[in-house]
Amino acid sequence: MGSVFRKELLGFLSSLIGYLAIGVFLVLLGLILFVFPDTSLLSYNFATLDQLFEIAPWVFLILIPAITMGSLAEERQQRTLELLLTKPLTPLQIVLGKYFACVALSALAILPTFVYYYTVYELGSPKGNLDSGAIIGSYLGLLFLASIFCAIGMFASSLSQNQIVGFLLAALLCFLVHFGFQYLSNLPVFVGSLDNIVQKLGIEYHYRSISRGLILVPDIIYFLTVAGWFLFTTTLVLKKQRA
Amino acid sequence: MEIVLDKLSKTFGTQRAVDDVSFTAGVGITGFLGPNGAGKSTTMRMITGFLEPTSGSIQIDGKPAWPTNPEQRSMIGYLPEHNPLYTQMFIREYLGFIAGVHKLKQPKQAIERVVELVGLAPELGKQIGALSKGYRQRVGLAQALIHDPPILILDEPTSGLDPNQLSEIREVIRKMGESKVVLLSTHIMQEVQALCKRVLIINKGKLVADDPIERLQSRLAGEVIVHLNCQRSINASMINQIKGVERSVVNGNRARLSVNAKAEIRPILAQLCIDQNWGLLELRQEETSVEDAFQAITQQRITA
Repeated sequence: MGSVFRKELLGFLSSLIGYLAIGVFLVLLGLILFVFPDTSLLSYNFATLDQLFEIAPWVFLILIPAITMGSLAEERQQRTLELLLTKPLTPLQIVLGKYFACVALSALAILPTFVYYYTVYELGSPKGNLDSGAIIGSYLGLLFLASIFCAIGMFASSLSQNQIVGFLLAALLCFLVHFGFQYLSNLPVFVGSLDNIVQKLGIEYHYRSISRGLILVPDIIYFLTVAGWFLFTTTLVLKKQRA
Repeated sequence: MEIVLDKLSKTFGTQRAVDDVSFTAGVGITGFLGPNGAGKSTTMRMITGFLEPTSGSIQIDGKPAWPTNPEQRSMIGYLPEHNPLYTQMFIREYLGFIAGVHKLKQPKQAIERVVELVGLAPELGKQIGALSKGYRQRVGLAQALIHDPPILILDEPTSGLDPNQLSEIREVIRKMGESKVVLLSTHIMQEVQALCKRVLIINKGKLVADDPIERLQSRLAGEVIVHLNCQRSINASMINQIKGVERSVVNGNRARLSVNAKAEIRPILAQLCIDQNWGLLELRQEETSVEDAFQAITQQRITA
């Protein structure tokens, strides 16, 4: 697994995609947080990073499928999957190696946003007047979110040898799992009866819960289960390849 | 060390790609021939653990290969058809990755060894995508050999190489065949003649020939052709009297004889030339090529 992870991560960092992913994430968030007047922190007059964590899921919706779209689709298209599957690697090792590389790249994209935290920290009046607990929670939430999106993206990428299909499918699935259940719970059928349960099926509910600075066991279990389920399904797809 | 295939079959939907194939391959180079789409690659993919057989069994070193497991796969070096490679990686980086996958204790030495073996040194600093086809093929061979496996499965390792590259790669394969089980699929018949002791021919999923190379050649030969070339005119009726000559075409000082394969008439012919003072210049029996045998067998002109 280690060698697959290293190969994938180095692959990201020695090609355009790694830097593009990090760059796009930072430019978009930078513009939204500091330039566009409607959303700018500077004209908001509160020392908070709420906008960052509000907008990041939307950016991830595009960014993470772009990172994961090639991970298995390209191996199939280039026929290198045959190479990997005939080496002494299990499908799970291949999937996990690639998965953790995608998560690591997403984390590398998130990392530089600590600069934003520092900026707001310095700008606060008095200095440091912001809810650091909630921000740490939010960062953790963001990392969990990225890990689920990566798992979904891997699954989408395993289904086809076309990267565009991998991208679009991943974006759709991420959207549905993240926001879909939230919107669905507003349907008249669910309101007042099942809306609470339907909400809890979606990522957003748990993301918000962690963002408040509350790291609860059920939320962590939710993230692990959903990511685990998509990764497990991906290994099944790979195993099916042998049939 | 050997590979044993027993009644191996693979079905894709309704198509039977490999149909009841059984053979045993031991140390040495076994040629695996067949027209395109005959089931060569599918058979190799089942041996290497990429495709699961629909029925039948494969034993590698006495242990079943299916369900496939990493330990069994690590005994095999495999060069797949079309030689898939990560074109964006550098050669050393790629071989390092493969060495890591095999968890080699001394990856550096292993890389040095295969680079030397397949002659990659002059291009070692390059990106795989920038290599010529011949060098890419060497990289493919290097990744198959890096863990010094006892079994080598090579699916058309020499396709698309120029004659110089051909002979170099063949030399590597020949060397490997001295100590390893090598299963080699190819379209090039001279290669089979040059490298293989034994030939398997598969056609429409079925194994239609499994012979030592000499027997494969003679199998086709109900008749052999003998050419005779002398300084002076040849007497046709004297030639036709020799036992075993079926037909003859005599044209002045040249003759082309169709001879029963079981009869060896060359010494008799030579003696006749001396007795008659024809001035023997050339006496030659045409070799039936593997190519002829291959065509005859796969087009079902003769049966196994």
